[in-house]
Amino acid sequence: MEIPRHWRIKKQRYALVGEVCPHCDAKIFPPRDVCPECGGEAKTPFAFTGRGEIYSYTVMNDAPAGYQESTPYTVALVKLQEGPMVTAQLTDLGSQPVEIGMPVEMVTRRIRSDGDERGMLVYGYKFRPVMQA
Amino acid sequence: MREVAVLGIGQTKVEEQWDKSLRELAGDAALAALQDAGVGRVDAVYTGNMMSGSANFQQHLGSYIADWIGMRFAEGLRLEAACSSGSAAFRTGVLAVASGAVDTALTVAVEKMTDSPANEITAELATAADAEWEGDQGLSFVALNALVMRRYMHEYGWQHADFMPFTLNAHANGAHNPYARFQKAISEKAYLNAPVVCDPINVMDASPMGDGAAAVLLVPAEALRRLPGARVITVLASSGATDTIAVHNRRHGPFLQAAYLSAQQAYRQARLTPDDIDFFELHDAFTIMAALSLEASGFAERGQAPRLALDGEIRPTGRIPIATLGGLKARGHPVGATGMYQIVEVIRQLRGEAGGAQIDGARIGMTQNIGGSGSNILTHILGCS
Ligand SMILES: [Zn+2]
Repeated sequence: MEIPRHWRIKKQRYALVGEVCPHCDAKIFPPRDVCPECGGEAKTPFAFTGRGEIYSYTVMNDAPAGYQESTPYTVALVKLQEGPMVTAQLTDLGSQPVEIGMPVEMVTRRIRSDGDERGMLVYGYKFRPVMQA
Repeated sequence: MREVAVLGIGQTKVEEQWDKSLRELAGDAALAALQDAGVGRVDAVYTGNMMSGSANFQQHLGSYIADWIGMRFAEGLRLEAACSSGSAAFRTGVLAVASGAVDTALTVAVEKMTDSPANEITAELATAADAEWEGDQGLSFVALNALVMRRYMHEYGWQHADFMPFTLNAHANGAHNPYARFQKAISEKAYLNAPVVCDPINVMDASPMGDGAAAVLLVPAEALRRLPGARVITVLASSGATDTIAVHNRRHGPFLQAAYLSAQQAYRQARLTPDDIDFFELHDAFTIMAALSLEASGFAERGQAPRLALDGEIRPTGRIPIATLGGLKARGHPVGATGMYQIVEVIRQLRGEAGGAQIDGARIGMTQNIGGSGSNILTHILGCS
């Protein structure tokens, strides 16, 4: 796969940078420049805290091409504190059972490896359980 | 707009057709429809397909299929709407004939899946989702449906076993369909003990892939009505609606808003209500999608479709028979061709040609085809006069 395809969304992948709508204050992730709530133009960058909770989850046992080295892995819909939902892998789960409503936070991890040792490595966000103090 | 009628149908069996190419499959179904109709030439060929570019290294099916079936010089287009591609081709034919732009439209849909290795097909199917924000995270198409199913079970308190009637009904009905991939009833044990794919979805919740093609020939109804005593099957409604491409952007929880909108529009066009529908060929790619389709189309309250199924109301003798010839689960799910199979199956029921699967008094049938995990939904209603 082509490198620019991943390079151009590095701010979103590494730092969860989305947008905030100047008209209705909706927080938007991934960025799309048109507010999905009010239809107005929304290009103001907004960095999400990366905190949220599990809305739903499942486990990938058979992975698509490019993701097979890490099977089985857990994927989830994460409802971010600021409102939007994001699709991501979970990581650092240990023996803790995953549950709907479980608090999680964003971390950066390797997501995908292409082919041999010269293939591209893609990094991005995953979510891990919030450590209870 | 002119009233549109069905003049001919054709289909291949859904299976691993190692000896057939993409165009041979499409050709078999198309030529069967032409023969059924007794027609030699058509004005337009509309081909539905999802992934010939990646799975078969062949695009430009508009010309490719028209040429193959001896219809060069006719208009030829290819329609793609992920798993709704078959219905998209059918709808295009309906609109073209209804508008008066063409007088004979051959709509054909084909998917040739077994030319790609399994993990490549998994990645290709995931392109029906949002590639950047869903697919690139390592999710398969099954995983997205599993996320929806788990949330649905969480919100409404259903257990996995409560979805079993959808699978048992589909396989029992598919036993009477010679074109179905699986023509055998299955046991409760087979459902409950099936290996998990993406929890809570197991192998028996998911429809099998396969190679297949189906075709329908459309003409203006007035031409047929002039023939004495002819039973005319007409298209009473054709509608589509979209929702967000990514599941994470949906606003209605585990509910198919696009299915609701497209069904409502179809009922308005046909001046019918859910009570008038005799049977329903829905998109049971996964058991959860059968449940959501019933709810969005007004056959069950939100969260209550498993109750309808557990009460036996989806069986051939129930209030709203579904998957009457096996559905996606037993007939099989040759992705971009599936919508056309649904239409062909409704027509077989309306003609009284469904054999052991025949629904008594079938006069009005509905199809609903779901593209992506709920993002592009087409509904059709056909009736017989
Ligand atoms: Zn706004």
